[in-house]
Order: sequence, then C-alpha cells, then structure tokens
Amino acid sequence: MKEATQLEDMLARGYQHGFITEIDADTVPPGLDEDVVRLISRKKREPAFLTAWRLKALRHWLTMREPHWPHAHYPPIDYQAISYYSAPKRNAEGPKSLAEVDPKLLATYEKLGVPLHERARLAGVAVDAVFDSVSVATTFKQRLQEAGVIFCPFSEAVTTHPELIERYLGSVVPYSDNFFAALNSAVFSDGSFVYVPQGVRCPMELSTYFRINAAKTGQFERTLIIAAEGATVSYLEGCSAPQRDENQLHAAVVELIALDEAYIKYSTVQNWYPGDEHGRGGIYNFVTKRGECRGRNAHISWTQVETGSAITWKYPSCVLRGDGSVGEFYSVATVNNRQQADTGTKMIHIGRDTRSTIISKGISAGHGQNTYRGLVKMLPSAHGARNFTQCDSLLMGGQCGAHTFPYVEVKNPTATVEHEASTSKISEDELFYCLARGISSEDAVNLIVSGFCKSVFKELPMEFAVEAQKLLAVSLEGAVG
Amino acid sequence: MLKIHNLHATVDGKEILKGLDLEVPTGEVHAVMGPNGSGKSTLAYVLAGRPGYLVTAGTITYEGRDLLALSPEDRARAGVFLGFQYPVEIPGVNNVYLLKAAVNAVRKQRGEPEVDAFEFLSLVREKMRLMRMDESMLARGVNEGFSGGEKKRNEILQMLVLEPHLAVLDETDSGLDIDALKIVAQGVNTLRAPERSLVLVTHYQRLLEHIVPDRVHVLVNGRIVRSGDRSLAVQLEQRGYDWLISEAA
Repeated sequence: MKEATQLEDMLARGYQHGFITEIDADTVPPGLDEDVVRLISRKKREPAFLTAWRLKALRHWLTMREPHWPHAHYPPIDYQAISYYSAPKRNAEGPKSLAEVDPKLLATYEKLGVPLHERARLAGVAVDAVFDSVSVATTFKQRLQEAGVIFCPFSEAVTTHPELIERYLGSVVPYSDNFFAALNSAVFSDGSFVYVPQGVRCPMELSTYFRINAAKTGQFERTLIIAAEGATVSYLEGCSAPQRDENQLHAAVVELIALDEAYIKYSTVQNWYPGDEHGRGGIYNFVTKRGECRGRNAHISWTQVETGSAITWKYPSCVLRGDGSVGEFYSVATVNNRQQADTGTKMIHIGRDTRSTIISKGISAGHGQNTYRGLVKMLPSAHGARNFTQCDSLLMGGQCGAHTFPYVEVKNPTATVEHEASTSKISEDELFYCLARGISSEDAVNLIVSGFCKSVFKELPMEFAVEAQKLLAVSLEGAVG
Repeated sequence: MLKIHNLHATVDGKEILKGLDLEVPTGEVHAVMGPNGSGKSTLAYVLAGRPGYLVTAGTITYEGRDLLALSPEDRARAGVFLGFQYPVEIPGVNNVYLLKAAVNAVRKQRGEPEVDAFEFLSLVREKMRLMRMDESMLARGVNEGFSGGEKKRNEILQMLVLEPHLAVLDETDSGLDIDALKIVAQGVNTLRAPERSLVLVTHYQRLLEHIVPDRVHVLVNGRIVRSGDRSLAVQLEQRGYDWLISEAA
C-alpha cells in the first residue's frame, strides 16, 4: 500500500544527535583488575573507605556471571576490552565558571539543545553536565546552597561530604546486588549527588545531562539522592549520545533515599544512540535504579521515557519500607528498527498501608522487541498494602514484538494487587479517521501515540513533557499495521 | 460541485458499486437512500478515499478537479467532509486537540497561519452550544466513552467547525433518539448555504423530515435506480424498497 511506503520512509530517518566531539581524553588503557580500580580511586583522590569499597565490589564482581534472563540478544561483551576511565583534560583545579569550560564541549551541548547559559536560568533548571566521566560545569550552586541543598558531582561530594557518602552509598543498591551494579561499584567514575536537608523543598528542578563520547569507553555513572525528613526534590535526567559503530556499554546505578514524609520525583528521558536500522552500533543500557522509602509516608516516583539505546535493561524500583509510603512508576518505552527493551519495575511492600502504582506503556515498531517485566511483592508485614498495575502495549507493523512478564508475590492476606493489561495496534480506522479530517498520516500517528502515552506524559515536568513528545515523534517515525 | 460518472468500486475483490452516476449541484442537498448492502456506505468511503475501497472504473469530479487523484487528507483539506456512520474512538487524544489539528491542516494547505487558540476555543464553544454538547466533552478523548448519540453530535460539531464545501453524512441519523435527531438536523441545516452541497446517506425517511432534500436518489445493487424529489422518499417509506429492487432486476 502507498501508505505503508510513506511510513517506512519516515521510519528510515536517521538519529539526529550523531556527532563526535574531538577533545584530548585522559584515558586509562582497556582492561580491569585491582590496579585499574586503585588507579581510578587515586585519580579521584578518594578516601580509603571508598577505595576499599570499590575493591570489595570488584572481587565480588569477579565471582559473578553476566545475567542472560532479559528478553534481549547481543554478542558477548569483552569486559577486558573496555577502558574504565576517561576524563576530558582540563586545568588541575577545574573550571571556575562557564568561561573556562572547553568551548567544544559547550558547542556539543548546544547541538543537543542543553540550555547551559541563560536558557537554563530562565527555565529554572540547574544543570550538572556530565561529559564522559567528569562533571565540567555546575550552575545555580549558590541558590541551592542558600536553601541548604547539596547538588554537585559525585566525586566532589566524596571530598566535601564523605560522611554522607559513607553512610548512604550502596545502602539501597549494595555492590553485590547484581552483575552490572557490582561492575559499576568497582569502577564508577562520576555522577550526581543530591542531599536535601530536613523540611526543605528544593527551590528548582535538578537536571543532569549525560553524554557518552570517547570511543570504547564504558560509562559508569553513580547517582545518589537523599531527601531528609519532610524534604521534596524533583530530579530530571536526560541523555543523548553521538553516533558510533561500536556498541557501548552503559551501566549506571541510581540510588534514592526518602526519609519520613520526604518526596523524590525522578524523571528520565533516555535517548542514547539506538543503532542503525540493521542493528549495528547503539548503546547497551544496563542500569540499576532503586529507591527506598525509608521513613513513614515517604514517596518516590519514577517517570521514564525510553526511546534510545540498542538494548535497554532497567527496572527503576521502590522499596516501601516506611509505613504508609508510596511508590510510583510511570514508563513509556519505545523500540524501533532492531532495538530491544526489557524494562519495568519492582515494588517491594514491607511497611503497613504502603501503596504503589505502575503505569507502563510499551510501543513497538520495526523489528523492535519490547518487554515489560515487573515484580509486585507484598511481604508478611505489609498489612493493607495496595498495588495497581496497568501495562499497555502498542504495536506498529507486523514484525515487532511486545511481551509482558508481571510477577506477583503476596505474603499478606490483607494486601490488594490489581493488574490490567492490553495490547493493541494503531488501527486503520483510527488512522483513516484522522486522514479524513485532513491530518497527515505522520501527524496522525504522533497524535494517536501521544494519546496512548498521555497518562505517563502528564507525570513529567512541563518542559520535559514537550521534549519527550518530540523525541517520541522522531524515534517512532512511522510503522503502522 | 460533485459529478460521479459510471463509478465502479470493489471492496476485498467484490464489486459493490456497478456504474453509479450522481450529480450534486452547488448549494443543493441530496439524499441517497437504499436497502442494506446496496453500496451506500461504500459510496461515502470512496468519496473520502478510504484505503481498501478500490475504484476500478469511472470518474469523480469535485469542484472541477479529479477527486480520485487526491489523497484522503488532501480531499479533506480541499473541503470534503465525511460524517462517519461509526465515529472512531481515539483514546487519550483530546477532542478539541483533534479538531484544532484538523483546522490547522486546512489552514496550512491554504498558506494561512495556525488558528489563534483563544478565537478557536470561543468558536468551538459557540458551535457546541448549538449542538447542546457539554463543554467537558472537549477535554475528553476523541469519542472515548461517548454514547452513540454523542458521537454523532460530535461529528456534526466537527463539520460545523471545519465548514466543508461538500459534506457526506453517512447514516448520521442511525442510533439517535428523536430529540438528538432534531439537534443533529438543526446543526446540519445551519450549514445549508448557496456555496455548499450536502449528501445525506440514509436508510430511513425520518431524517428527511428535518433536513428537507432537494433531490432523493435510490441506490440499489450499486447503481442509482431512481431519482426524484422529496415525495420519492415518502413513497419509499410507504412501499419499502422491494418494488424498486424487482424493477431494477
């Protein structure tokens, strides 16, 4: 059909963020052993407890095997061929202002549309931009400082607030948690650290842009966010990577800790390079994200829009330990061409009257494979706990796949678990109805898809919702069955 | 406005329209009536350009242009409107958003700027009052959870906002109670104008009591077998279609 060709053309439009910045990188030779870990720790001038922790993680990692249970297929990864540290060369003390930042880096952000200069201030967003492994610029520090909020590169927090790092690092995701978390714990380079003190409402949305750049460099970000009693914080994470032929591994760890009555909202728009239409290149995005509601009535909300990466493997989860605590997971995951996504969440109900909501929207196009995998676990102590889960899949074209694996474990008879699921296609009826109103097929598909994702998009902060919608339109161009 | 000559069309390889001729002059309202399966809806879909409805012979001229050469969206932008017999639900897409996208698609084609949001909303509200629709329906998903009558009213609302040159209303009266029928008919009647033509595809005479047609055509087995004035519709109501079917055979 004519329509089908048109849609295929739209689909074939390439990744728009593919460019490489030329900067001298200070790169450690490929390979991983205790010496490399010590070297990383030394380069970052870390305290002894952290070096020891990294080494424990490495030793544990060496005993582990790469997991293969996700619904994803990829060639074996040679972990000894990866370089575990890469930092842009810079003055010993680091840039004191944006004027000192390498203009090429700033140009890169410009291309990505990262609003580092005035646009950031106007948007009310503080940007802690991570380029490869080392943070190069942090804005709005002062305003945050006045509020008592600590928002800085992880490596800086290690120096300035070692007591917080020692107390909280690995307390939600232990180094032994899983293969990729262990690897990250051993070699993590940098990331973001946030601490919002008791009773403080963070005065602005916090944002970090990640970007993989140097060839053959794994990216091992570590993020730690702590909201003390009654604190509130909203954190935005957005990423995009330049085009490369080689697969790149990204194994990040994010830990969130919410104490009594605290609220953490963590939003992600993920747009790593997905590979070409034949499945060449693209990022392997193997991420461990977990939050713990450690106090009473604590609240953690994950929102993610996953459009990129060759393979996505992540389950932003909530451990609902405090009585009355709330966990939420809102997700849109799209796969096109040869992309594979195995994503979902775990809601672990421990406290009384804990509540969780899971809304997952999976969109599959091209030859993409999209899997929702989720666990809802009600422990014996979770009296009166409730969960609601809704998993919807949308298929475009006849060669993609959607899979749903909901696991439910209930050990308390007063707990309630609800699950709704649907699988649908963009129907010819819907499409023709739009065409008959003069709307082009491309606009019609975007309209229908954004309608499908509406309940997730409305959870995103405003400026992100707009970006997410655009990103979805770009990544999905086409494919209707 | 619309000239259809010797139209043959197939659906799934089966010929449904078998040499249909129809002419609708500018400013007139024509009714196309006929028994089930005679090809009424096929005619409506062929006019709107629905994929899968293949024209195998014949011509359709619309405002002097070859309608069949246009894509469905270009037909809509050129002023052809199809009121669906079964309006489609599009979950999560705001009713008003679809309407605005439709209006802007037409304006873009004409090289006009996008419609001003404020003016657009007040226009839509005015038309909604005419259709006695609750304003809350603007924020709901397109036809999502609407009753049969609400869906039909929503179709007419779209038509009133889009102001087409040629409107083809496919069984707009089906599923309506008498009050809703009157509201729908009133809405349609406000669009009657010397520069506009309407084609009412209907099974029953009932609608024509409220929207009085200039001409009535009877479609049987893929062809127009009889045309006349309004009295033909009354005659059909009394005698049914059988006498025409046997005449046609």
